[in-house]
Amino acid sequence: MTEIKKAGSAEAEHVYSAGSAVITKDVVANPGLEPHRVRMTDKSPKHERRAARQVAILFLLSIVGSAFAIFAYFAFPLTDDLGTVRNNTFFLGAGITLGLLGIGFGAVHWAKTLMPDAEVSEARHQTRGSEEVRAQALEIIKLADQESGFSRRKLIRRSLYGALAFFPLPAIVLFADLGPDPANTLRHTMWKAGTRLTQDPTGTPIKASEVTVGSVFHVIPEGLNESAHKLEEKAKAAVLLVRVDPSDLIETAEKKSWSYQGIVAYSKICTHVGCPVALFEQHTHHLLCPCHQSTFDLNDACKVVFGPASRPLPQLPIAVDAEGYLVAQSDFHEPVGPSFWER
Amino acid sequence: MSTTTATKAKPGFLADRANFLDERVGVAGILKEFGRKIFPDHWSFMLGEVALYSFLVLLLSGTFLTFFFQPAMTPVIYDGVYGPLKGAEMSIAYASTLDISFEVRGGLLMRQVHHWAALLFVAAAGLHMLRVFFTGAFRKPREINWVVGFMLFVLGMAAGFTGYSLPDDLLSGNGLRIIDGMIKAIPVVGAYVSSLLFGGQFPGESIVARLYGLHILLVPALILVFIVIHLFMVVIHKHTHYSGPGRTDDNVVGYPLMPVYVAKAGGFFFLVFGVIMLVAATFTINPVWNYGGYDPSPVSAGTQPDWYIGWLDGALRLTPSHLEVSSGGVTWSWNILIPLITSLVFLAVVAIYPFVEAWVTGDQREHHVLDRPRNAPTRTAIGVAGMVFYADLWAGASTDIIATNFKMSLNQVLTFFQIMLILGPIIGYLITKRACLSLQRKDREIALHGRETGRIVRLPHGEFIEVHEPLDAHALYRLVSFDTYQPIMPRPNDQGKITVSTRLRAAMSRWFFEDRIEPVTQTELTAAQKHAAIGH
Repeated sequence: MTEIKKAGSAEAEHVYSAGSAVITKDVVANPGLEPHRVRMTDKSPKHERRAARQVAILFLLSIVGSAFAIFAYFAFPLTDDLGTVRNNTFFLGAGITLGLLGIGFGAVHWAKTLMPDAEVSEARHQTRGSEEVRAQALEIIKLADQESGFSRRKLIRRSLYGALAFFPLPAIVLFADLGPDPANTLRHTMWKAGTRLTQDPTGTPIKASEVTVGSVFHVIPEGLNESAHKLEEKAKAAVLLVRVDPSDLIETAEKKSWSYQGIVAYSKICTHVGCPVALFEQHTHHLLCPCHQSTFDLNDACKVVFGPASRPLPQLPIAVDAEGYLVAQSDFHEPVGPSFWER
Repeated sequence: MSTTTATKAKPGFLADRANFLDERVGVAGILKEFGRKIFPDHWSFMLGEVALYSFLVLLLSGTFLTFFFQPAMTPVIYDGVYGPLKGAEMSIAYASTLDISFEVRGGLLMRQVHHWAALLFVAAAGLHMLRVFFTGAFRKPREINWVVGFMLFVLGMAAGFTGYSLPDDLLSGNGLRIIDGMIKAIPVVGAYVSSLLFGGQFPGESIVARLYGLHILLVPALILVFIVIHLFMVVIHKHTHYSGPGRTDDNVVGYPLMPVYVAKAGGFFFLVFGVIMLVAATFTINPVWNYGGYDPSPVSAGTQPDWYIGWLDGALRLTPSHLEVSSGGVTWSWNILIPLITSLVFLAVVAIYPFVEAWVTGDQREHHVLDRPRNAPTRTAIGVAGMVFYADLWAGASTDIIATNFKMSLNQVLTFFQIMLILGPIIGYLITKRACLSLQRKDREIALHGRETGRIVRLPHGEFIEVHEPLDAHALYRLVSFDTYQPIMPRPNDQGKITVSTRLRAAMSRWFFEDRIEPVTQTELTAAQKHAAIGH
């Protein structure tokens, strides 16, 4: 039954180049398929009957599992007690699992023990068509070309190419309304001169006196919770407020007035790809972004000391108003968040 | 089917139904063609099947989820049964995800089935790709099917990412934030593309509905189309089989589709589904209620994407500081562009590898017998180098977790992975190539001199020898049947010139095939057998 070579097949197969393959006649001959080993279920009717019984039992178990799943759906309802979610998920899932695995194991067991397990050999043919079929196909192509004049009529052909190249363009333009021109939106945030710094998420204004040395405030501009596009504004305006010993701060002359008695406010949006830089390590005075571990030195103008970010976190100039609340002196002086081409 | 080939008077249970179908859809011709098609048997051929069946499970569980999920980002105040979030403002998408989890019976189960099946789909597809690579199954005529499979892997990642972002929870929202940051780094058009994607400023109120359209329609439709092409080509080519006695490039040895593979593969669908169901019923995945709805300000430490996105996140993390260049009013964010380009180049190399190897060998024959990985040492070594590269990026996405769990310095962990990104693949390559060559030498040794029996015999003149037992013909053939290639010399063309491409090809060929072990020839075998017959 083993048919190793397609001996005497009607048509010769195409001979492909073997490239740099080593071709030698001096090879060990293929001994043909290994002899088939007979299984117990083939030899003994007792084993055969037992295997048949096992398959049937597995299928019956599947029925039990599916029935149990239906039972569990009603028997383990969901209530206000969250523990019911676990019971519902587990018992329903266990029932369906049994329903599925019963069929799966049953079918595979059936195939492995009761269906023929002698390997069979089938001839392959080359993927390319026979010479005759290829000639016929070529004839069809030639005929189609002749009848349509596709090769001959250059004007038609080229104008068709042009039309096909242009027809998808409206579809691309159609997508222009997916979003507006970003224009200056990336350069500005909600912060304006006099905007109070308030706590995230409550919106409670912060007095300078409440900010003790070493404490951290997650800050949003006053009025953010009432704004129409709250999350968009927050994604740009979120600020981290920290008070340190003023003598520890390394400040340029220009930015000396941006802090207030050691209280500094920096954008919380990472200059790498925009995650919130939410972790402050007090003893190293480092700000860490948990997404890609960009680390900024708070005392030294939030310069990058580690990680993939390149730019320091932008600083928000702050002051104190008549009532003692912290306010912004102005918006940020540079775009916050991830870099973009025109920034 | 012996039960159905009985006499005309009693056609049998199956044949009755078949007759009904044949008279209406002409099923007889299809059955005659495909009913007894032979499929080879090997556990490694199962990996692609796992991916296929996980996809079916994804379609089933995903359809269930669409009946309850609401892809809208309009803010609402949560008033469901999950106490900790009562009264919190969140998007409808997130609220409906909580409702599916806590208020729809079997809802959490189906969410978990869907998520686990997605993780398994990409994992099985990846392992299947490795199997195809290391056994050389991508060789002619299957190069195009390799590319189709590659597309499926990439689409699998796309399906995963778009789905992962739908619940609009804090974790996935930060994932989108990272995507936004990466898009903005694209030269010239970045800010515009970001605005188009998010419908304005990040996060906007459009992205979930847009990803939903992609996730439940476009991406799965593409996956389905590519799966159909993939399987259609398997039928055209017939499945490959491992080298062994009786297996050649001109035949396919295995079991017939009907009934054996219908039962085995059909049953295997239920096994894959059953295992996913069991895992989903017992192991929590993506507990979005712990994270809260998306808010651009908070973030949790130790954030991790789903596993298949990890290597891209790792590429971002491993990039050194201060690579951004601003000049002339424009910004080149090389800290994002370098990892982006590196990942794309890596994927491109994976996609075109079959064509490169075919160009190097110049072999245009059809290959249906698989290589044992050791018998293609350079290819196997390249594969391992690629795996190490991927694994390093992947581990790079967990630098913080590794550092905290093993109490190491984050900086040192990162530096280690940065160095190993370059060094690791080289080490992996060298070790693998040497290991393959050694294994081939061992195969030669066993083929020529037989198996060591451990039996020591003393000869009459006092010499001790260990008795070697010759292999039987079938076992022997497994060790000696493989192709080898010679390195080619750069030869001048018609004009008497040696072109750059000829030189490159010769150099690649030398790299691939300079170190090689030839299979045992019949002459060598006869000589060795004669030698063994004389003495030892």
